[in-house]
Amino acid sequence: MRRLLLGLAVLSAGPTVRPSDAQDTSAIDRGVRIGIVYRPGVRPGMVVLPVHAPALDSARVILARDVDYSDRFELITLPGGDSIRVTAAAPGARPPAAGGAGRTGGGGAAAATTLNYPLYQALGADFAVAVAAGSGDSAIVTVHDVAAGGVRRELRARLPALKDPGFRLAIHQLADRVLEAALGVGGTAATRVLFVMDGKVYSIDQDGADQKLVSSSDHQAMSPAWAADGRRFSYMEFWQGHGRLFLQEVASGKRAPVATTGQALDFTPAFSPDGKTLAFSRATEEGTDLYTVNIKDGCCLQRLTVGRFYDNLSPTYSPDGQRIAFVSTRAGLPQIYVMAADGTDQQLFAPFDYGATGSSNAPEWSPDGQTVAFHRDVGGTLQVFVLDVRTRAVRQLTSVGRNEDPTWAPDSRHMAFVSDRSGYRQLWIIDVETGRIRPLLQKSGARLPAWSPRLPETASSTP
Amino acid sequence: MKRLPLLLLSGLVAVAFAACGGKQPETTPTPTGPNTDSLRAAQQAHDDSMKAAQEEADRRAQAEARRRQEIADSLAAMGRGTEAVKTLLATMIHFDYDKAIIRGGDAAVLDQKVAILQANPGLRIRISGHCDERGSDEYNLALGNRRATAAKQYVVSHGIDGSRIETVSYGEERPLAQGHDEEAWAQNRRDEFEILSGGESLKQP
Repeated sequence: MRRLLLGLAVLSAGPTVRPSDAQDTSAIDRGVRIGIVYRPGVRPGMVVLPVHAPALDSARVILARDVDYSDRFELITLPGGDSIRVTAAAPGARPPAAGGAGRTGGGGAAAATTLNYPLYQALGADFAVAVAAGSGDSAIVTVHDVAAGGVRRELRARLPALKDPGFRLAIHQLADRVLEAALGVGGTAATRVLFVMDGKVYSIDQDGADQKLVSSSDHQAMSPAWAADGRRFSYMEFWQGHGRLFLQEVASGKRAPVATTGQALDFTPAFSPDGKTLAFSRATEEGTDLYTVNIKDGCCLQRLTVGRFYDNLSPTYSPDGQRIAFVSTRAGLPQIYVMAADGTDQQLFAPFDYGATGSSNAPEWSPDGQTVAFHRDVGGTLQVFVLDVRTRAVRQLTSVGRNEDPTWAPDSRHMAFVSDRSGYRQLWIIDVETGRIRPLLQKSGARLPAWSPRLPETASSTP
Repeated sequence: MKRLPLLLLSGLVAVAFAACGGKQPETTPTPTGPNTDSLRAAQQAHDDSMKAAQEEADRRAQAEARRRQEIADSLAAMGRGTEAVKTLLATMIHFDYDKAIIRGGDAAVLDQKVAILQANPGLRIRISGHCDERGSDEYNLALGNRRATAAKQYVVSHGIDGSRIETVSYGEERPLAQGHDEEAWAQNRRDEFEILSGGESLKQP
């Protein structure tokens, strides 16, 4: 990937560099071929071949969209679109019909497949992906290496029925495996985003489908947060002015209040990566401070900060569990600080100019540990920033409209956030590397998103 | 001297004879029909007493009604007082953007609340802090908490027991004005005051 990024950097260095200069046909890194003669961009091309069984076509559409949303491929449409009949002959599949692509190519491919590799190559595809039915309720996804003219990997998975709640998750997981097979990197397809709308917590697939209500009471809810294993999440509810934290299991939907919370205003829960501890903010008459509670045994409240004349809030763990980034108003306006997970060694994290830099809030540590995303007041509106943990350099990511509450995808490359760039506040997703932006949910009032880790199989039964 | 008792004795005998031996004289008057005069008198007396009783009852009823009216009047007066006090107590105070400092003009509003709390020792209240929509959603919970606490500290510093005042924060979650301009924001940056208990009848300070 590094070479690929390097190529990208060269390409974007200036208009004098022609695309061909960025091509490096000799570069092969983890199986990725960079630069083929004809291509619209520097990302490897991928064609997702049409299928004609209804359930499989739905699967193909979901998978193709996942590939597109990974922002790692140039998704190539065959001439004639989906009407073209190109078949990867899997067991039980009908023989391919005539069309732009026939049985002519694919000399070196696996015996069962007949693909027109030269055509795909001419279209700029490095990979061709075929979805086919396997035995029983399984599906076979074949990743073809177009240039090599053969099968890169054959992926098999149980595919629940079309109407089964697990259908989409099974496809998303196949899409992540396609990414892994083609590029050797983890994807974000099999993930969901929690968010708050009208005081309730909802969950939605990262591709914007399958929105579900997950909070189960009439109490106003805020601040959903995922556990690192993707099996639980936490959120806060107002109970007569107090904030009570809840833990909820994804599979069963069962929830339980967190011990020792609800007597004060407890908010912004954050799981430690090992899932044993919940850090949170507690507002009392002394101000707002950070606490942890052992959620494994439901005990052992610990206070991490003693603010007195200033507030400390919004904790986020580093993925190794050793540090906590948080917001503190110790210098006046809220800014981003960091400390050891036991509350010692508190120091400024994201540098700012006293009296000039606006309020900074809502930090979230990236899953790869290298950056912390947050939002900062710039000229009276909010913008999303990222802090490089090693160099402590701060970079502004957004500039259009008001942008806030960033949350990282598990690839540490995509980020969901709230923006009013379209006229009203809604959820958007940005690819931090290319800057490509897409709406996640086009509904007004959605906010406080929390992007899940890659979800385990069992999460397929319910939200 | 012997003759006198004898004479007396004979006299007694004669009387005894007359009482036992002879026919009873018809001296007892037999009733000859109702005495209309006495009936009229009795009726009169009865009517008089009834009338008196009725008058007494009327008098008592009037007194009772008067008393009830007085109570009702005084209750209404007290109610009017309670409502007035409640209105005073519910008067909100407001804040500058991202600040939790009591404004000069709002100190007088808080002084009224101090007086009400002093006049009504059984009264307990809750102060809730609120913010406008411009700040960060979660930071605003902390800011609203500061605003509620600031008002409580003011009241406590003027002699009210802190245990009578609860503070909560709703951040920007419960806006009063729905607009997206300075007028709406200014209304939403506020502390609200509500009665927790002891607010059934309130005395004017």
